[in-house]
Amino acid sequence: MYLGRVVGSVWATIKDDRLEGQRLLMVQPLTPELQPTGKRLICADWTGAGAGELVYWTRSQEASYAFLPREVPVDSTIVGIVDSINLRRE
Amino acid sequence: MLIARVVGEIVSTHKHPSHEGRSLLLVQPLNLDGSNRGDAVVALDAVGAGIGDRVLLATDGYSAMTSVGKLQAPIDMAVIGFIDTVDLVDGAA
Repeated sequence: MYLGRVVGSVWATIKDDRLEGQRLLMVQPLTPELQPTGKRLICADWTGAGAGELVYWTRSQEASYAFLPREVPVDSTIVGIVDSINLRRE
Repeated sequence: MLIARVVGEIVSTHKHPSHEGRSLLLVQPLNLDGSNRGDAVVALDAVGAGIGDRVLLATDGYSAMTSVGKLQAPIDMAVIGFIDTVDLVDGAA
Protein backbone atom coordinates (compact mmCIF):
# COMPACT_ATOMS: atom_id res chain seq x y z
CA MET A 1 0.00 0.00 0.00
CA TYR A 2 1.02 3.64 -0.32
CA LEU A 3 0.50 6.90 1.54
CA GLY A 4 -1.41 9.66 -0.20
CA ARG A 5 -3.50 12.76 0.17
CA VAL A 6 -6.90 13.36 -1.40
CA VAL A 7 -6.52 16.39 -3.66
CA GLY A 8 -9.74 16.27 -5.65
CA SER A 9 -12.58 14.23 -7.01
CA VAL A 10 -13.47 12.94 -10.44
CA TRP A 11 -16.92 12.76 -11.99
CA ALA A 12 -17.79 10.49 -14.89
CA THR A 13 -21.36 10.25 -16.13
CA ILE A 14 -20.84 7.62 -18.80
CA LYS A 15 -18.95 4.68 -17.33
CA ASP A 16 -19.01 0.96 -16.69
CA ASP A 17 -22.28 0.04 -14.96
CA ARG A 18 -20.40 -1.49 -12.05
CA LEU A 19 -18.89 1.92 -11.28
CA GLU A 20 -22.34 3.35 -10.59
CA GLY A 21 -22.34 5.17 -7.25
CA GLN A 22 -18.60 4.65 -6.87
CA ARG A 23 -16.66 7.62 -5.52
CA LEU A 24 -13.53 8.40 -7.53
CA LEU A 25 -10.91 10.61 -5.89
CA MET A 26 -7.71 12.23 -7.12
CA VAL A 27 -4.79 11.18 -4.91
CA GLN A 28 -1.29 12.59 -4.61
CA PRO A 29 1.16 9.89 -3.43
CA LEU A 30 3.31 11.00 -0.48
CA THR A 31 6.53 10.02 1.24
CA PRO A 32 6.37 9.27 5.00
CA GLU A 33 7.62 12.86 5.46
CA LEU A 34 4.42 13.89 3.63
CA GLN A 35 6.27 15.25 0.61
CA PRO A 36 4.58 14.64 -2.77
CA THR A 37 6.21 11.87 -4.77
CA GLY A 38 5.27 10.67 -8.23
CA LYS A 39 2.24 11.58 -10.24
CA ARG A 40 -1.33 11.95 -9.11
CA LEU A 41 -3.76 9.16 -9.85
CA ILE A 42 -7.45 8.32 -9.53
CA CYS A 43 -8.48 5.95 -6.76
CA ALA A 44 -11.83 4.39 -5.99
CA ASP A 45 -12.75 5.14 -2.38
CA TRP A 46 -13.74 2.53 0.16
CA THR A 47 -13.46 4.83 3.20
CA GLY A 48 -15.52 7.94 2.57
CA ALA A 49 -12.42 10.13 2.72
CA GLY A 50 -12.77 13.86 2.09
CA ALA A 51 -10.67 16.50 0.40
CA GLY A 52 -7.27 17.03 2.00
CA GLU A 53 -7.43 13.85 4.03
CA LEU A 54 -4.37 11.66 4.59
CA VAL A 55 -5.08 8.12 3.40
CA TYR A 56 -3.44 4.90 2.32
CA TRP A 57 -4.34 3.13 -0.88
CA THR A 58 -3.74 -0.18 -2.56
CA ARG A 59 -3.12 -0.96 -6.20
CA SER A 60 -3.64 -3.69 -8.77
CA GLN A 61 -6.29 -6.42 -8.74
CA GLU A 62 -6.35 -6.36 -4.94
CA ALA A 63 -7.79 -2.86 -5.13
CA SER A 64 -11.05 -4.24 -6.49
CA TYR A 65 -11.29 -6.80 -3.64
CA ALA A 66 -12.17 -3.99 -1.22
CA PHE A 67 -15.68 -3.95 -2.64
CA LEU A 68 -16.41 -7.68 -2.72
CA PRO A 69 -18.91 -9.23 -3.21
CA ARG A 70 -19.47 -6.35 -5.65
CA GLU A 71 -17.13 -6.70 -8.59
CA VAL A 72 -15.89 -3.22 -9.37
CA PRO A 73 -13.46 -2.69 -12.25
CA VAL A 74 -10.87 -0.49 -10.50
CA ASP A 75 -7.10 -0.87 -10.06
CA SER A 76 -6.44 1.53 -7.18
CA THR A 77 -8.53 1.99 -4.04
CA ILE A 78 -8.28 4.05 -0.86
CA VAL A 79 -8.59 1.46 1.93
CA GLY A 80 -7.85 3.45 5.09
CA ILE A 81 -7.76 6.93 6.61
CA VAL A 82 -4.48 7.74 8.36
CA ASP A 83 -4.90 9.19 11.87
CA SER A 84 -1.21 9.56 12.65
CA ILE A 85 2.25 8.43 11.59
CA ASN A 86 4.99 7.40 13.97
CA LEU A 87 8.15 7.81 11.88
CA ARG A 88 11.64 7.01 13.17
CA ARG A 89 14.29 6.98 10.49
CA GLU A 90 17.85 6.46 11.67
CA MET B 1 10.41 -9.75 -2.59
CA LEU B 2 12.59 -6.94 -1.35
CA ILE B 3 14.96 -6.22 1.50
CA ALA B 4 13.49 -3.37 3.55
CA ARG B 5 13.71 -1.51 6.84
CA VAL B 6 10.74 -0.75 9.06
CA VAL B 7 10.86 3.03 9.59
CA GLY B 8 7.48 3.76 11.09
CA GLU B 9 3.97 2.77 12.01
CA ILE B 10 0.63 4.11 10.88
CA VAL B 11 -2.37 4.55 13.12
CA SER B 12 -5.66 4.14 11.29
CA THR B 13 -9.01 3.61 13.00
CA HIS B 14 -11.12 3.67 9.86
CA LYS B 15 -9.70 1.05 7.52
CA HIS B 16 -10.78 -2.00 5.60
CA PRO B 17 -11.82 -4.79 8.02
CA SER B 18 -9.29 -7.17 6.46
CA HIS B 19 -6.55 -4.93 7.91
CA GLU B 20 -7.82 -5.13 11.49
CA GLY B 21 -5.60 -6.79 14.07
CA ARG B 22 -2.32 -6.30 12.20
CA SER B 23 0.22 -3.52 12.44
CA LEU B 24 0.42 -1.14 9.50
CA LEU B 25 4.11 -0.57 8.96
CA LEU B 26 5.95 2.07 6.99
CA VAL B 27 8.66 0.12 5.23
CA GLN B 28 11.60 1.52 3.28
CA PRO B 29 12.90 -0.82 0.53
CA LEU B 30 16.70 -0.99 0.45
CA ASN B 31 19.45 -1.58 -2.06
CA LEU B 32 22.18 -4.10 -1.23
CA ASP B 33 24.44 -1.27 -0.04
CA GLY B 34 21.77 -0.17 2.44
CA SER B 35 20.72 2.93 0.53
CA ASN B 36 17.04 3.67 -0.08
CA ARG B 37 15.42 1.97 -3.06
CA GLY B 38 12.55 4.26 -4.02
CA ASP B 39 9.94 5.56 -1.59
CA ALA B 40 8.73 3.92 1.59
CA VAL B 41 5.51 1.92 1.34
CA VAL B 42 2.75 0.78 3.68
CA ALA B 43 2.68 -2.95 4.48
CA LEU B 44 0.68 -5.19 6.79
CA ASP B 45 2.76 -7.04 9.34
CA ALA B 46 2.63 -10.85 9.22
CA VAL B 47 5.51 -11.63 11.57
CA GLY B 48 5.56 -9.15 14.48
CA ALA B 49 8.13 -6.72 13.06
CA GLY B 50 8.83 -3.31 14.60
CA ILE B 51 10.64 -0.07 13.89
CA GLY B 52 14.30 -0.60 13.01
CA ASP B 53 13.96 -4.23 11.90
CA ARG B 54 15.41 -5.34 8.57
CA VAL B 55 12.72 -7.40 6.93
CA LEU B 56 11.56 -9.33 3.89
CA LEU B 57 8.84 -7.42 2.03
CA ALA B 58 6.35 -9.14 -0.28
CA THR B 59 5.13 -6.69 -2.93
CA ASP B 60 2.53 -8.82 -4.66
CA GLY B 61 -1.10 -9.22 -3.71
CA TYR B 62 -1.36 -12.99 -3.60
CA SER B 63 1.71 -13.46 -1.42
CA ALA B 64 0.76 -10.57 0.85
CA MET B 65 -2.79 -11.84 1.31
CA THR B 66 -1.61 -15.39 1.95
CA SER B 67 0.90 -14.27 4.57
CA VAL B 68 -1.77 -12.61 6.70
CA GLY B 69 -4.36 -15.29 6.04
CA LYS B 70 -6.82 -13.01 4.23
CA LEU B 71 -7.58 -14.12 0.73
CA GLN B 72 -9.54 -11.82 -1.57
CA ALA B 73 -8.65 -8.79 0.54
CA PRO B 74 -7.29 -5.42 -0.62
CA ILE B 75 -3.72 -6.10 0.55
CA ASP B 76 -0.80 -5.70 -1.83
CA MET B 77 2.21 -5.60 0.49
CA ALA B 78 3.20 -7.43 3.66
CA VAL B 79 6.22 -7.91 5.88
CA ILE B 80 6.74 -11.67 5.79
CA GLY B 81 10.07 -12.26 7.53
CA PHE B 82 13.12 -10.93 9.35
CA ILE B 83 16.43 -10.83 7.48
CA ASP B 84 19.39 -11.96 9.56
CA THR B 85 22.13 -11.97 6.94
CA VAL B 86 22.58 -11.66 3.19
CA ASP B 87 25.48 -13.58 1.64
CA LEU B 88 26.66 -12.63 -1.85
CA VAL B 89 29.17 -14.25 -4.16
CA ASP B 90 32.22 -12.10 -4.88
CA GLY B 91 31.43 -9.18 -7.14
CA ALA B 92 27.64 -9.52 -6.92
CA ALA B 93 27.15 -6.34 -4.91
